[in-house]
Amino acid sequence: MSSLSLRPENSVVGLPLPHESAALHVTGEALYTDDLVIRTHDVLHAWPVQSPHAHARILDLRVKPAYDVPGVVRVLTSEDVPGVNDAGVKHDEPLFPSEAMFHGHAICWVLGETLEAARLGALAVEVEYEELPSLVTVREAIAAGNFQGIGRHLESGDVEAALASAPHVFEGEFEFAGQEHFYLETNSALALIDEGGQIFVQSSTQHPSETQEIIAHVLGVANHAVTVQCLRMGGGFGGKEMQPHGFAAIAALGATLTGRPVRLRLNRTQDVTMTGKRHGFHSSWRVGFDDDGHLVALDATLTADGGWSLDLSEPVLARAMCHIDNGYSIPNVRVDGRIAKTNKTSQTAFRGFGGPQGMLVIEDILGRCAPKLGYDAMELRRRNFYQPLDSTPYGMPVRHAERLEACWSEVLETADVERRKVEIEEFNASHPHLKRAIAMTPVKFGISFNLTAFNQAGALVHVYKDGSVLINHGGTEMGQGLHTKMLQVAATSLGIPLSRVRLAPTRTDKVPNTSATAASSGADLNGAAIKNACEQIRTRLEQVAGGKLGIGAHDVRFADGVVRGLTFDSPTLSWEEVVHAAYFQRVQLWAAGFYRTEGLHWDANAMRGEPFKYFAYGVAASEVEVDGFTGSYTLRQVDIVHDVGDSLSPLIDIGQIEGGFVQGAGWLTLEDLRWDESTGPNRGRLATQAASTYKLPSFSEMPEVFNVRLLEKAHEDGAVYGSKAVGEPPLMLAFSVREALRQAAAAFGPAGTSVDLGCPATPEAVYWALDKARACSASPSTGGA
Amino acid sequence: MTTIKVNGKDAGLDGVPVHTTVLDWLRDRGLTGAKEGCAEGECGACSVLVARPGIDTPTQWTAINACLLPAASLDGQEIITSEGLGKSTALHPVQQEMAVRGGSQCGFCTPGFVCSMAAEYYRPDRTATTAEADRTADADRTAAADGACAHEHGPNGFDLHALSGNLCRCTGYRPIRDAAYALGEPAADDTLAARRSSPPPPPVATQLSVNGSEFLRPSTLTEVLDLLANRPGAQLVAGSTDAGVEVNIRGQRPPLVIAIDRLPELREFDFGVNEVRIGAALTLSEIERLLGGRVPLLAQLFPQFASRLIRNGATIGGNLGTGSPIGDTPPALLALDASLVLASTRGERVVALADYFTGYRQTLKAPDELIRSIVVPLPLAPMTAFHKIAKRRFDDISSVAVAYAVEVVDGVVEQARIGLGGVAATPLRARATEDALVGRPWTERTVQEASEVLAGEGTPMDDHRASSAYRSAMLGQSLLRFFAQHLAAEGVSA
Repeated sequence: MSSLSLRPENSVVGLPLPHESAALHVTGEALYTDDLVIRTHDVLHAWPVQSPHAHARILDLRVKPAYDVPGVVRVLTSEDVPGVNDAGVKHDEPLFPSEAMFHGHAICWVLGETLEAARLGALAVEVEYEELPSLVTVREAIAAGNFQGIGRHLESGDVEAALASAPHVFEGEFEFAGQEHFYLETNSALALIDEGGQIFVQSSTQHPSETQEIIAHVLGVANHAVTVQCLRMGGGFGGKEMQPHGFAAIAALGATLTGRPVRLRLNRTQDVTMTGKRHGFHSSWRVGFDDDGHLVALDATLTADGGWSLDLSEPVLARAMCHIDNGYSIPNVRVDGRIAKTNKTSQTAFRGFGGPQGMLVIEDILGRCAPKLGYDAMELRRRNFYQPLDSTPYGMPVRHAERLEACWSEVLETADVERRKVEIEEFNASHPHLKRAIAMTPVKFGISFNLTAFNQAGALVHVYKDGSVLINHGGTEMGQGLHTKMLQVAATSLGIPLSRVRLAPTRTDKVPNTSATAASSGADLNGAAIKNACEQIRTRLEQVAGGKLGIGAHDVRFADGVVRGLTFDSPTLSWEEVVHAAYFQRVQLWAAGFYRTEGLHWDANAMRGEPFKYFAYGVAASEVEVDGFTGSYTLRQVDIVHDVGDSLSPLIDIGQIEGGFVQGAGWLTLEDLRWDESTGPNRGRLATQAASTYKLPSFSEMPEVFNVRLLEKAHEDGAVYGSKAVGEPPLMLAFSVREALRQAAAAFGPAGTSVDLGCPATPEAVYWALDKARACSASPSTGGA
Repeated sequence: MTTIKVNGKDAGLDGVPVHTTVLDWLRDRGLTGAKEGCAEGECGACSVLVARPGIDTPTQWTAINACLLPAASLDGQEIITSEGLGKSTALHPVQQEMAVRGGSQCGFCTPGFVCSMAAEYYRPDRTATTAEADRTADADRTAAADGACAHEHGPNGFDLHALSGNLCRCTGYRPIRDAAYALGEPAADDTLAARRSSPPPPPVATQLSVNGSEFLRPSTLTEVLDLLANRPGAQLVAGSTDAGVEVNIRGQRPPLVIAIDRLPELREFDFGVNEVRIGAALTLSEIERLLGGRVPLLAQLFPQFASRLIRNGATIGGNLGTGSPIGDTPPALLALDASLVLASTRGERVVALADYFTGYRQTLKAPDELIRSIVVPLPLAPMTAFHKIAKRRFDDISSVAVAYAVEVVDGVVEQARIGLGGVAATPLRARATEDALVGRPWTERTVQEASEVLAGEGTPMDDHRASSAYRSAMLGQSLLRFFAQHLAAEGVSA
């Protein structure tokens, strides 16, 4: 067991604690970026001028009429940019474009004394456009050969030979939609000019360091002139990994030019029409099975709908390709990946980061093929699980593959699945208009940033003379409970009560060069960095305490604020006494911690290596009931067993599992991004750009019965206190809902009906699927359902 | 001096632009607990409590969307926000349960959830209705996707529909439900509970004029009708659940806003022998409570009409006044053969709802008229149903809505009225289908044939909510479903 993963007895990590800000959340005392505006004097408000065309050249931009609107202070255009007119890291996202690349693209920004003045000013700006041809769907882009970035190829084994000899070969296509993040807090930034021209920006960002870098390069200043702080976010889900940069840069530019604080907060319509979403994908595939239902080969082409610029599309695609196997051993695999360039928002990170898209392809294949092979879908999945010593198509050993089976059998048992399957059959036989089904699906998800360099983190830990501790780290809090876990790690590492530790907001001037809080890695990376800083301090304090106790430093133990020797009758010192003594001995009471994940390597060109520290596993069983008249459905019961290692904070982890699951179910069954694909005047406009038209899961979508269990004895060697990442993997447990809907739709038809199901599986999509299945039953030869 | 009492302290409204929402007004005063998540009354992050007239107690703490209501409309009223319920050092019981059970993750939606939950916590009859609600819910369970289900009521009487207008993107809702179902009764010294037993502040005749825009709350219907006659272009506002969206999302800034939601003449309710008369400015929530299930078709409709937060503000007159083809009350009221009483300085007239809608968002209502009341004739048809087709069960807009009022005598359809929404530029009666049913035996064959007629009614279109093919299919399926649901009840063999 590594020292990183070794957990002391009775530690603060492992306790089921509520979120560290819970009391502030429930009273409304918790502050978010836009709550700071009323606490800031003399603030200007920003409003964008958005393109009404999917693709158009800007022939003329007349800003003067805006200045005639009372209260308008400044219009920001490309001419105002002192540095680089670019909001991305690929140099393909001009902050002020000369060509509108999507419907809603911000052309320029108006600053006003009030939001109303800025809004009216934006209405007064005159833009002359020359409309250009546009590509709105991924199919249009494929047909036009319009791709961007680097295409990738992943291959292992001999796919053609395997398909040629496989007794069962199927092929198909599957296109599925993306997903709007719909974090409840829209993007917002508040920029101030500090003393000496220093720029201070409060931003709702998952990636303060990159926000800082983009602001600096737009303003043409060094990184050290810009400080970015994130108090907390009202949700991120990947949507604030890249998207906040440009908005923060606009606010910073406005503050620089006017000398006044500038607030930029998108309203919901602006946020939905301007910011990137989960990538929708198109896939085409051929798959081969042997007579025992084993996968022998998969040949797939994945086309990610990247939108107008690259953003994070390349790594998203890479992760999709690395997860097309999900938990299944496929000896021969060939995957080609490419990124379509379309006139839509630039699609970006979203919880799972391509992993869900890759895994959805194989789960859809298995769901469609099981009836054709004559297998129960549950059985087909289970018999293809990775076994210990197997490797992935990109050459990484599947360590702890046995946990797939462990989770699966625990769900089978605790959820009483076999008995319920019998009950469901009985129910279906006696209910012509209602059908139920239960489906189980596994998750295997790789943890670490695919790009090795990002797997590093820093922390700053201060112990004050009174023994109180202040910690700071590079991760951001977006609701996932990272700060709660970090407080627990610090308290455990220093052997003091949780109440002695306080956490300060994330700032780039405390911990520099941080990675995004993303890839589920926040606790792994920052927890290890905090632990490292705490251990430096503790080692120094062991010397001090050893001296006072008259024992060797190695025999000193810290627990619950008490410092003592190893022996039962050892004298004790309080933590505060030791800290006090250390100060007077001129011992350094603060430390910077650092961590880098060891053992990773990845060849992005060859698509080979070991990009992940470990895999997270889980299994879900979902039972649905579908109404044959309408296709509407209810989620009757969900049972999950998920592997979080030895949990750092069980209440937080269960919250992540439940929330991720429901968000995944939203993507797969409800949330419906609809762009205007017509040739009419609104071509390229997002038709579902509001909460009234883009429906998130509400209380009516939560499972009636929802049981979540953490896999026991799941210690993860080499990760902080034996824990595992939890942010993203549970989202993909929701495949079980979509598969259950497929099976329930099939139950309206004769046994063995294979159902193609749209994605998202809205009531309408389910209705068409069941209507088709029902039509099979209606044919004279097959008899009634 | 115009003021609102917020968390027990008076705060001024003078000089505040008249289109300023309650939410923006609160946040400008430093009360940033309430958040803007959508600005159209869909997410509930802005939920606050307002002291409103109650049915069972003089005052009921009523949760509303602060993002939709103009601050001016609360002149003289009382609001409680999340900050006023408790402090982080002394949490309110609702806040306590939410905090310890993991009910908050990012916390942004949380103050709104807390306020919606507190309204249900203080609902005077919360415990008393438990058993009845559960029975109703169980009975409705076979109606599949409609209405309430048994698991939507807690053992403490908590109705989960109280939270139907609040969205959370983080938790998946389970811990929030647990928190709601764990709530006990308010303590004996709870001041907000005690506040319920004295009347809410009376409406205040408000006159505000800022930067050329006016907000007026007249005291009498006569004054309102005079204004309508003399000031064309005036915007009437009751719950502002529709007008607020126009202000926030579409930037509308009408020069004159007239608040009518507290006019006594528009808040009359009478359940008589020959008819039910419902004041146009009664909210959907108030009507639900006043009817108490006596009009089963409407009882089935209410839980499916938007969310509790919206129903607490939205009025039945407003839903008809907008003339929207996708409002949910018109199909139901068409099936109930309802009429409207329209009032102006010229007097009152009665218009059958079936004649009222004349085109897309166009009605027989003249610019100087308002809807005073809705009249539903009695007796009611014995077999009724409301079928709403939508992507989401709570708080969604109908792709298709179908309402039935059918009477079968001796196995033959005596009368049939079918109201449709979402399949044409106006709500409409399915006359051809009605003709295909009336006078024929109530059998599977009749219904099958009529369902094919129904599938051809209207002119449904493709949009982001549904395809035209699905809308048509849902019309036909709806009648089959109605028949299946009423087989057992009517003792008809298939």
